[in-house]
Amino acid sequence: MPAIAVEGLRKSYGAVEAVRGLSFQVGEGEVFGLLGPNGAGKTTVVEILEGYRRRDAGSVSVLGVDPANGGRALRARVGIMLQECAMPAAFTATELLEMYAGYYPRPRRPGEVLELVGLTEKAGARIKTLSGGQQRRLDLALALIGDPELIFLDEPTTGFDPSARRDAWEIVRGIRTLGRTVLLTTHYMDEAQNLSDRICVIAGGEVVAEGSPETLGGRQVAAARIRFVLPDGVDVRSLPLTAQAVDGHALIETATPTRTLHELTSWALQRDLELPGLEVTRPSLEDVYLELTRPPQS
Amino acid sequence: MSDATMALRQVGYEQRAFWRNPASAFFAFAFPLMFLGIFGTQNRGARLESLGGIPYNSYYVPALITFGVIGACMTNISMTMTIRRDSGVLKRVRGTPLPPWVFMAGVIGSSAVVSAILALLLTAAGNVFYSVNLPHHLGGLLITLVVGGMSFCALGLALSALIPNAEAAPAITNAVVLPLLFISGTFYPLDPNSVLTHIANWFPMRPLALAVFHCFDPSNDLRGVPWSDLWKVLLWGAAGLFVAVRRFQWAPRRT
Repeated sequence: MPAIAVEGLRKSYGAVEAVRGLSFQVGEGEVFGLLGPNGAGKTTVVEILEGYRRRDAGSVSVLGVDPANGGRALRARVGIMLQECAMPAAFTATELLEMYAGYYPRPRRPGEVLELVGLTEKAGARIKTLSGGQQRRLDLALALIGDPELIFLDEPTTGFDPSARRDAWEIVRGIRTLGRTVLLTTHYMDEAQNLSDRICVIAGGEVVAEGSPETLGGRQVAAARIRFVLPDGVDVRSLPLTAQAVDGHALIETATPTRTLHELTSWALQRDLELPGLEVTRPSLEDVYLELTRPPQS
Repeated sequence: MSDATMALRQVGYEQRAFWRNPASAFFAFAFPLMFLGIFGTQNRGARLESLGGIPYNSYYVPALITFGVIGACMTNISMTMTIRRDSGVLKRVRGTPLPPWVFMAGVIGSSAVVSAILALLLTAAGNVFYSVNLPHHLGGLLITLVVGGMSFCALGLALSALIPNAEAAPAITNAVVLPLLFISGTFYPLDPNSVLTHIANWFPMRPLALAVFHCFDPSNDLRGVPWSDLWKVLLWGAAGLFVAVRRFQWAPRRT
């Protein structure tokens, strides 16, 4: 049974259709990345899954239960890390975790969760003395304290500096090794790429692409680009293949990079030429994402 | 752990948060006690002819208890719940298995603890320093304070549901509560025939002030609950509860 199953989900606010017939599934133990520009309907979808919002139509199942009436029993199995949330400044990290642990039937120990998020040395510190990044990690610890089967992480690293983000990624990888399912929303392509087993891109309230970070939007079969610095005295038209000259580089787009590269390097070897800066690249996940979420009219 | 135990624990957490925040503790306790120190001393020995010649402070102590209870319940809950709503705290709580009523019980119970301590301190200080008589009937005063406290907690929740955002919370709350307190006789006795007093009779502050006063008033010997005034408080509390149940939101409001 999938951890999350969404089928034909719809939600409108007044005349605005925020989510229009959206379907996807998240497997158990999977880290699932939900991507989309602002206003794509991401937050609406996640809040329906978390039980904060009601849907207009479609079926939704979270851990086998409809979140609209999952109640207390479902909330005991789910951990939620919100985008932004204040904490009682005068409490210590351990006190806050103990308070939240009391809400769950089978919680983890506060010390264990603090270790998981790398805050062990701050266990007795008042929350007001923690940095923004440390408070965010404590936020994550709160989402984990109930030992949930499914964890929602809503833009967990927004506002982090690059090294804090790397640390947060390590933590999420740690959660994955616990065998828990994670639904992650993020604006950062590198984050989605590094953490997700599967990515779903939504735009305009619809799924526009779904797949692994490697195959999203047909990325693995999209035209590859071969690029190198044109050697002295070689004209781009003398190459054995159709190429463009861009800033002193030759650029070749090909659907069959193995064959093309072979032809190109054979040609160069015959002439005893070195091709400086030779590289073969695929469109990055960010390229694919921007292409997928481009507004249709532009 | 049973829900009732959880509710008691919530009261404990709320109390911890309250006492560790010097600002909230200061406003709840320092003002009523400071007023008693200043105006109690200034009017020591004065008598109120309009109330049958009773000592001024026999009027003023119950009035300050009313002021303190309304502050600890309505003002405090209206502000803190709006701030918690807008900063996402309520939303996070709502995402845990903690039943909403248990959370609310913690908030209301904590206000009740503060109110009780305050009533005790004011009564004791009035008795020791200003020779104010003790209430005639402890049970009657207790029921009056419980009905008043719960009603003003409900009104605090209702008000927070109507306040659009956290920035507006202190201004709107004070703009609603303070003028009504001024015309309700919680700072000084009022002419019962004044227009303002007639207006105040329609709101819950003055009826509670009168009900608490009846429990102390040395010119009578009330043995029961002053329902003749308290019913208005209860009615307002029920209206507050109705609005709170219908309109209270756990998620931040974004415009």
